[in-house]
Amino acid sequence: MARIIERPSISERLAKLNESVQGSQAWNSIFRPGSIFRKGYTDSPRNRSYVIMNSVLYHLHPVKVKRHAVKVSYTLCLGGLSFFLFILLTVTGIFLMFFYRPTAAQAWNDIYTLQTAVAFGLLVRNMHRWAAHLMVLSVFLHMARVFYHGAYKPPREFNWVIGVQLLMFTLLLSFTGYLLPWDQLSLWAVTVGTNMMGYTPVFGTQVRFVLLGGVEIGTDTLLRWYVLHVLMLPFVLVIFMAIHFWRVRKDGGISGPL
Amino acid sequence: MTEIPEHLLKRAAEARAKAAAKGGGDAPAAEGGDAPAGGGAAVATAERTAVATTGAAAPLATGPAGHTQRLLTVVKAGSIQDVRATPVDKVHTWPHLLLAEFVAALACTAFLLIFSIFVNAPLLALANPNLTPNPSKAPWYFLGLQELLTMFHPMVAGVTIPGMGLIVLILAPYIDKNPSNRPEDRKVAIGSMTIFLMFWAVLVMIGSFFRGPGQNFVFPWKDGIFFDL
Repeated sequence: MARIIERPSISERLAKLNESVQGSQAWNSIFRPGSIFRKGYTDSPRNRSYVIMNSVLYHLHPVKVKRHAVKVSYTLCLGGLSFFLFILLTVTGIFLMFFYRPTAAQAWNDIYTLQTAVAFGLLVRNMHRWAAHLMVLSVFLHMARVFYHGAYKPPREFNWVIGVQLLMFTLLLSFTGYLLPWDQLSLWAVTVGTNMMGYTPVFGTQVRFVLLGGVEIGTDTLLRWYVLHVLMLPFVLVIFMAIHFWRVRKDGGISGPL
Repeated sequence: MTEIPEHLLKRAAEARAKAAAKGGGDAPAAEGGDAPAGGGAAVATAERTAVATTGAAAPLATGPAGHTQRLLTVVKAGSIQDVRATPVDKVHTWPHLLLAEFVAALACTAFLLIFSIFVNAPLLALANPNLTPNPSKAPWYFLGLQELLTMFHPMVAGVTIPGMGLIVLILAPYIDKNPSNRPEDRKVAIGSMTIFLMFWAVLVMIGSFFRGPGQNFVFPWKDGIFFDL
């Protein structure tokens, strides 16, 4: 005789979990009137709109988005993750700046001391390094995703152009950061890279001179690339990102389903 | 000036005939209400006459050709009613999108944190301009270009090919004029992009793992990996 065991389905379990969370004391003390939300928060279409409309998030997101736009399988979150990695890199980068001096005599020692003598120094440097590589990868994959969805087609042509610039700036940011530890890896990787740029027709020598701040890589190059890496390129990148995100919304949100 | 649609003229003629037959003023009043919205036009009519009060025998005031109504304008339906061709299915950004973004960001942070605990970023010996390591490699995303250096003149490999690639990439939306975004209609675009991406991916792979001392071709499983991230 078959015994039918009534097991709650996943959606039932989730509903139950939701109920118990929202019924909990912690939830009610956060969302009660006068707490984080001045008038309290209850789940209603009106309040859902207010969460976006009455907060800084309104600069980034509309109140409502197309249903297919929230499908993770469509965007794979790549654009958003690229932005998030940029934020993560800024935070970890600021931490690193406290312990680093961009001169040939001090740079390597500062990194070494950071790794051995500063609390969480090694961890934060690792995160900065791996997040940088991951960001190059995610921006690249985001570009591929956009192409394969035909999302660069009118009215989004210009945003694609901005996007390619963003990929370029991401590569430049990563490349300028590569030199800063001032070890054998960075010195020679940058030597190879800048030698290639030295073959620019007509202005080759000048391009290389401007990039290196001299005829060969030295302490001037280090200062130059440091300023590019921590200030100028992030500044330009932020402006381009602002245009990019603004255009995404002005062009009607993310592209439609295939 | 837009042509007055055939059926409206016909209906106006009928109404006029009806009004004439009745001899009364109440026929035109019914006319304004049932303008065909689906026909693509709405007719704005103005009664020339005042509402006929009392069943006076006196003839109503009529226009030059005996018209009791005057056609002011023919307006296309779309210009008054903003009818969406396809209503868009939308959901609230909070919680549907924000929650997904939050989880993605959290997962990304967790991955990086755990990865960074176990794998250290490389820090080799202090930079020494007099000691060239063999091989010397660019960062991995430029290794495709470095790989081209083994085949072409440095100007072609380092400037011309990447420059052309970049320009074509930027101009992609202006080159590809095909309006469809369905994969089955875009075989050429998808094919060429896939070849483009694979070209760089393969070059980067070869440059990263298959190049050893002297930029000679090596097999990573035989000679080891000469590659630092």
